[in-house]
Amino acid sequence: MSASAPDTKALFRYLLRLGDLSLVLGQRLGEWVGHAPALEEDLGMANIALDLIGQSRLLLSYAGEIEGGGRSEDEIAYLREQSEYFNPVLAEQPNGDFGQTIVRQVLIDAFQLELYERMAACSEERLAAIAAKSVKETRYHLRYSGSWLVRLGDGTEKSHALAQSAVDRLWPYTVELFAEDELDRAMADCGVAPRLAEVRAAWDARLDELLAQATLKRPDDRGYSWHGKRGQHSEHLGYILAELQYLQRAYPGARW
Amino acid sequence: MHDSRHWPLYEVFVRARGGLDHKHVGSLHAADERMAIEHARDLYTRRQEGVSIWVVPSKAITASDPGETESLFEPARDKIYRHPTFYDIPDEVKTL
Repeated sequence: MSASAPDTKALFRYLLRLGDLSLVLGQRLGEWVGHAPALEEDLGMANIALDLIGQSRLLLSYAGEIEGGGRSEDEIAYLREQSEYFNPVLAEQPNGDFGQTIVRQVLIDAFQLELYERMAACSEERLAAIAAKSVKETRYHLRYSGSWLVRLGDGTEKSHALAQSAVDRLWPYTVELFAEDELDRAMADCGVAPRLAEVRAAWDARLDELLAQATLKRPDDRGYSWHGKRGQHSEHLGYILAELQYLQRAYPGARW
Repeated sequence: MHDSRHWPLYEVFVRARGGLDHKHVGSLHAADERMAIEHARDLYTRRQEGVSIWVVPSKAITASDPGETESLFEPARDKIYRHPTFYDIPDEVKTL
């Protein structure tokens, strides 16, 4: 990979893209706290949610520094509008039943793992360090979600049917993860990010193996029309942000 | 196994640092050994408590009978000579 310095505005936006994915998914997982099927799972999912929010803190505070306007991670997380969030829409999909949460988690964990593993060797030192830290966490996330996928898919008739319907429902959203736009291309060109086609190939292999173990069928890929990465979101994100941002909106500047 | 009330109980042992023994830290429910390790990791090592985990099905543990406490443990009470307390320790030995 060549190593010309990335454009500041582009890098800022790309950091939001990565950070928002973790933030929104972490917020979604956090909704399970107090409601999980077992106490042990409650803590397991809360741990993963906290890892994800930790990753987004690193990414968003770096974005604030790059931007150079003095915005903190909190201002970026709590005071942006929906159209200024750049996560893929898969992250904001509702928890649904436990199976749906697990499938969404597997799809994103595997994506983040393949992305971060490659990014850990990228030319942008700070981002490489964040990626290296995140890889360790994400490996565990996928171990957790992947083993649940296999349990549910290869479990009872009912759990199999629910897991398959979650896969069928969420699969179309995965296309957006790998749809390379100008920003993805620019980041890959200057050596900050891997090529999404390469990430996709590795993700494909991982998912094929997991789905086979779980005795689940891989749906056909279809065209997509989601553009969360450009700030166009499903109706769900507004509700997530309403809860996430409530305190700072109602009591501006409130501190812990 | 789709009902957590039917998940068996496991006892969890955590080694705090290399060189130390695994210590019993508590128990949890899990569908099998692999899940028990994952739950133990999430429940008992989230504040860096350990570097290694053992899980054992609780039903594999045979416990002494509380009703037999007298015959099992009381005979040791008046045998203080089993404690190594009758030696003169040289002054040079500081950390014994």
